[in-house]
Amino acid sequence: MMGMFHLIRKNLTRKKLRTLFTLLSIIIAFVLFSLLGGLSRAFSLGVEVAGADRLITMHRVSFIQPVPLSYVARVNAIEGVETAMHQTWFGGYFQDPRQQIGLFPTDLETLREVYPEYKVPDQQWQNLLRNQTGILVGQTMADNYGWSVGDRIPMFSSIFPQQDGSYSWDMDIEAIFTGSGNNADEMQVFMHYDYFNEARAFGRDTVGWIVTKISDPEQADQVAAAIDLRFANSPTETKSSTEAGWTAGFAAQVGNIGLMVQMVLACVFFTLLLITGNTMAQAVRERTSELAVLKTIGFSDRRVLFMVLGESMTVAIVGGVIGLALGYVFIQGAAASLSQFLPGLAMSPSAGLTGVLVAIGLGFITGILPAWQAGRLKVIDALSRG
Amino acid sequence: MNTRPQDSANASENIIRVEGVTKSFKKGRESVEVLHQLDLEIQKGEFCALMGPSGSGKTTLLNLIGGLDHPSAGQISVSGARIDQMNSRKLARWRSSHVGFIFQFYNLMPVLTAQRNVELPLLLKKMSGRERSKRASTALEIVGLQDRAKHLPRELSGGQEQRVAIARAIVSDPDVLLADEPTGDLDRETAGEILDLLSTLNQRHGKTILMVTHDPVAAERATRVVHMDKGRLIESASSAGTTGTS
Repeated sequence: MMGMFHLIRKNLTRKKLRTLFTLLSIIIAFVLFSLLGGLSRAFSLGVEVAGADRLITMHRVSFIQPVPLSYVARVNAIEGVETAMHQTWFGGYFQDPRQQIGLFPTDLETLREVYPEYKVPDQQWQNLLRNQTGILVGQTMADNYGWSVGDRIPMFSSIFPQQDGSYSWDMDIEAIFTGSGNNADEMQVFMHYDYFNEARAFGRDTVGWIVTKISDPEQADQVAAAIDLRFANSPTETKSSTEAGWTAGFAAQVGNIGLMVQMVLACVFFTLLLITGNTMAQAVRERTSELAVLKTIGFSDRRVLFMVLGESMTVAIVGGVIGLALGYVFIQGAAASLSQFLPGLAMSPSAGLTGVLVAIGLGFITGILPAWQAGRLKVIDALSRG
Repeated sequence: MNTRPQDSANASENIIRVEGVTKSFKKGRESVEVLHQLDLEIQKGEFCALMGPSGSGKTTLLNLIGGLDHPSAGQISVSGARIDQMNSRKLARWRSSHVGFIFQFYNLMPVLTAQRNVELPLLLKKMSGRERSKRASTALEIVGLQDRAKHLPRELSGGQEQRVAIARAIVSDPDVLLADEPTGDLDRETAGEILDLLSTLNQRHGKTILMVTHDPVAAERATRVVHMDKGRLIESASSAGTTGTS
């Protein structure tokens, strides 16, 4: 077996420059695969982590239009609703206005009921509820900014000034939560709505949207319809959907990232298929007489087929794995600096596995035809040509 | 047509037996017969030279005896095995153990060292890398090239390349060596050395050799010379002077 590997390795290195360029093209394709896959994941992550038992109710026109705070109590009264709470986009940033933070004024007392996946130490939770300027910070966010419990930080809003005209809001970090295990939900900050509502210069007693926990996810569509019906023909009509649907719709505002990624990757891999396939075919054509000699000394058709296929698959797998590894490194680097904008930017294990399978498939597809031709090679014809 | 060096030879000693072999090739719609009802017997331990003009069918006969092609009709037995009845897979396995091939242009793998080239046929055997290496070294020693084991073919002279090719042919200890113009690409002196080596393999190691050649000087080294023309055997002469015709 080792002898066959040696033969495959030697065949691959006989034209070093050609193998290097083929390898480079595969590596680049798989770096792209990793980066675009990571990007696609970042945009769809919100959908993945969205709860099946939560509904989002927003203004019928747009989510930037506020809805009355009084709606929350009315939603709570609808059959099938377990708990309703609200959130508002604060437009917050810390020091750098270009780095927006997902900061939401909300009813902190009900937050843990609606989002049970958020874990907060009890003592910190009690301190948070007692302090009106206290905020609850996601672990990843705290790590990124080097914040810890007890810190007092000046947070700014790009939307809401205080009544004194200041856009600066002093806040105390009272609690840090861990989420479902991904960066997306841990890149959020929650503050007391009452503090925000009383201090802001405009928009009092309105909220951005309502988050409803329902008792039966199977009844999500009926409950959503009931909520919207409740506010039909009012000055502020609503549009309700599941959290996953709402998040997907939000991501779609940027464009159909998944489709774009798939199209770009399809083009890249189709081109790669042609380049690598042609290279492999050429490499086999050049060695016709050598393959014939191997058959003469007893190599079976099948063994020759597997040898050529092995060469193709070795190049594809080695290139693919290197490309995926480089892509992982690039994504890790990018994730650190883009964590504010793309908190889910990462390469998932399943994406890595898919990449390896794609590499195996690529090696097989590009190698099978030349390998089949090599396997069927007639010794007599090949020797007389050679 | 039956050509034998000695009438008294026992049929059971024939390592190669070709009986009524015909070979035709398709050329467009036509079928061209290049071997016609050919019979040939070669005894174990013979060094037989196959001579004849270009297109007489020498190489075709050699390929059939080596199991590289199937006859259109007739029977071929080598070392007691009916190779005309084997499929390509069985033939490949059979070739790896029973015949060694030596080509005019050596046909070594340019990316492998002399040692690795010699080891190639042993990749088909179940043996350890150490055992493979040991056997290849022995084969290289027999052809006098143990000091060139780590050299690539491009670092060797033509004669040395052919010696490596001979080592590759004998490494799996086959019964029969089939050589197609083994000295055709070499100068007279080097050709003489290669023929000396083949004679040694024949006389000292008991290898049966069938050698296709155009060169009468090369043919003189054989114990028996068989002439072919237009797909038929026309004359057979042993070194003892016995002559037969087809």
